Amino acid sequence: MDDNLSTKVKSWLGVAAIPIILWTCVPLLFILAESLKSTTALGDPTQNTFGNFWPKDISWANYQLIFTGGAKDLFLPALWHSVVVCLASTVISVVLAMFCAYAISRLDFPGKKVILTTALAVSFFPVIAMVTPIFNLWRQIGLFDTIPGLIIPYLALTLPLSIWILSAFFQQIPWEMEQAAQVDGATHWQAFVKVVAPLAAPGVFTTAIIAFFTAWNDFVFSLNLTAQNARTVPAALAFFTGASQFTQPTGAICAAAVVVTIPVVILVLVFQKRIVAGLTSGAVKG
Amino acid sequence: MSSIELKNLVKKYGDGFPAVNDVSLDIADGEFMILVGPSGCGKSTLLRMIVGLEDITSGDLLIGDKRVNDLAPRDRHLAMVFQNYALYPHLTVFDNIAFPLRLSKGKHTEEEIKAKVHDAAGMLELEEHLDRKPANLSGGQRQRVAMGRAIVRDADAFLFDEPLSNLDAKLRGQMRTEIARMQRRLGVTTVYVTHDQTEAMTLGDRVAVLKKGILQQCASPRELYDQPVNLFVAGFIGSPPMNFLPARVEGSTLKLPFADVPVTGELAQRVSGLEVVIAGLRPEYIKDATLGDQPQGAATFSAVVDQTEWLGNEQYAYIPFETDPSVHAQLEELERDLDGEGMRTQMIVNLDARSRVLEGDDTPLFFSPADMHVFDPNTGENLTRDEAKANQIAQDSEEQRKAALKRAKAREVRQAQDASKAS
Ligand SMILES: Nc1ncnc2c1ncn2[C@@H]1O[C@H](COP(=O)(O)OP(=O)(O)O)[C@@H](O)[C@H]1O
Ligand SMILES: [Mg+2]
Repeated sequence: MDDNLSTKVKSWLGVAAIPIILWTCVPLLFILAESLKSTTALGDPTQNTFGNFWPKDISWANYQLIFTGGAKDLFLPALWHSVVVCLASTVISVVLAMFCAYAISRLDFPGKKVILTTALAVSFFPVIAMVTPIFNLWRQIGLFDTIPGLIIPYLALTLPLSIWILSAFFQQIPWEMEQAAQVDGATHWQAFVKVVAPLAAPGVFTTAIIAFFTAWNDFVFSLNLTAQNARTVPAALAFFTGASQFTQPTGAICAAAVVVTIPVVILVLVFQKRIVAGLTSGAVKG
Repeated sequence: MSSIELKNLVKKYGDGFPAVNDVSLDIADGEFMILVGPSGCGKSTLLRMIVGLEDITSGDLLIGDKRVNDLAPRDRHLAMVFQNYALYPHLTVFDNIAFPLRLSKGKHTEEEIKAKVHDAAGMLELEEHLDRKPANLSGGQRQRVAMGRAIVRDADAFLFDEPLSNLDAKLRGQMRTEIARMQRRLGVTTVYVTHDQTEAMTLGDRVAVLKKGILQQCASPRELYDQPVNLFVAGFIGSPPMNFLPARVEGSTLKLPFADVPVTGELAQRVSGLEVVIAGLRPEYIKDATLGDQPQGAATFSAVVDQTEWLGNEQYAYIPFETDPSVHAQLEELERDLDGEGMRTQMIVNLDARSRVLEGDDTPLFFSPADMHVFDPNTGENLTRDEAKANQIAQDSEEQRKAALKRAKAREVRQAQDASKAS
């Protein structure tokens, strides 16, 4: 699609992109820089270059602190909880959303509109308003501070999103493709698995990544619905303390933030190609 | 291989509109049946009902004497080629063709699948493309992959939905002969949907003409051309189309815009109650009188030629005529049914290429009244249809079909023998 843009327009777009890239990158770089500063450097601008930005001597103390030092007991379980909770809610939400979106895009059933509107409404619902009732309920039925107790509210966040994205993707897949499979001797299920699902793969990856990030970045639910058995990293960061009572835990928090950003970056890099749609081209006449 | 029988099939979509209305057809084992009609007449719907992608509202569908109304598509053992091919874009050509074989689990070993796919690919000249993805193929190649997917498994029948409509004219002609040859060679019952005259006339053993979901006539191409049952079929079959002229009935004479034609016998009786009828003259029935060979009893007339088109092997002349207000509405509606642009008020004459007719000339022409069709303007019924002749044509074409199948089988056997001798 870039082909019909002239070189001039392209270079202008490139120039325009620079401030945006700076705008998004500088805070990230700043966190990275902070995480590499020693405790003294954090409080002493003379030990840093670029006007207090980058430390002259890179220190790994903050990383040691969260992985092996005093913050280890807080950070490592939280990291583990984050991974488990987010993977579980991503998988569950993508699988459920796949079936739901498929039904929505293929079948004409009463209540189809209602499902879609409800999904949309739920995703607009302010999270903070849900927390208190869920907190009370969870305490009564014993889900407070458990992994499922966190997965369930995350599904409420990720499912509507997933359903919307996936039904858009399914609608793009020509129905004839599936009918051809059925005529070729496939059951509904086989047609879905062998034809529809592979064609929807870019959509599924996109959905999975978005669902994963939504859960990965959540703060409110984790902060309020867990104590220590299921607390995820974003909430755990709030409970970091400095090396002594009187130092700010800035360095440790930044180091932890860098660590939790890494999976996000890796995911995006790995699945960048898969996310790009366009797999269906060539299915029909061209 | 099976026969397919349609008994009073009806399809009503959600809005209650009958897209297919009470269609009954008997498709013999190994027969090539064409469904033809203007767009929106329900051809695709009918085909999709046969294959099982559309529910049957009422009526019975029998494949090989077994009622299959409630069977899922996969249990009907039919192969279908879709209009836009519906290839699986994520699979290679090989995997596309192998797809139906792999679905019938345990039936074929991987070697068998390989052999069958290579067989089909060889027949369709796809050998060198087997590892490519459909997106990288040309239209004609995609079309062939779709056919390969259909022929690779031994389906009971082939169904085609306008398979050539996305190809350019040259390729279309080529693929048409290929399909015809393949069908004869495999001897598989085939139902083929098209809106293209040439495909209908050249491919089909029999052609079923549909109009607004209603079956008009199902007969051999020759019978459709010579003995159409009504105005619609007469106007639909033939290119350039049949000329429809208003004719006033005066005693035992039909007064056409250009000539008076005496009618006798049965026809005279049939037209006696009518004031006006519609006369149908195919463009090639009208001939240039200056070239001679005029038979006894020919109706001669002269008319001013408005325009001529010389094509080398033939020549068209256009002759304007006055319409009669009493049949105006009828002809107007016919044109609409036929997807035409509007009522034709020009007669098209297909003249011999030798003819030296000039535009603006008053040209002497003649036609044989026996060739003329006469239609009842109210019902559209063909009053000149000769049942005995029609039956004769039907019998002849049925015999021809059987002979062709036998020939194809014999050739197959011979080739197999040659192959086994060679190895
Ligand atoms: N899914 C559908 N819902 C409602 N009406 C339909 C549907 N599919 C086709 N039709 C109608 O049925 C009629 C026949 O359609 P179709 O069989 O596709 O025609 P053809 O293939 O002869 O062009 C048309 O009038 C069309 O509008
Ligand atoms: Mg159609």
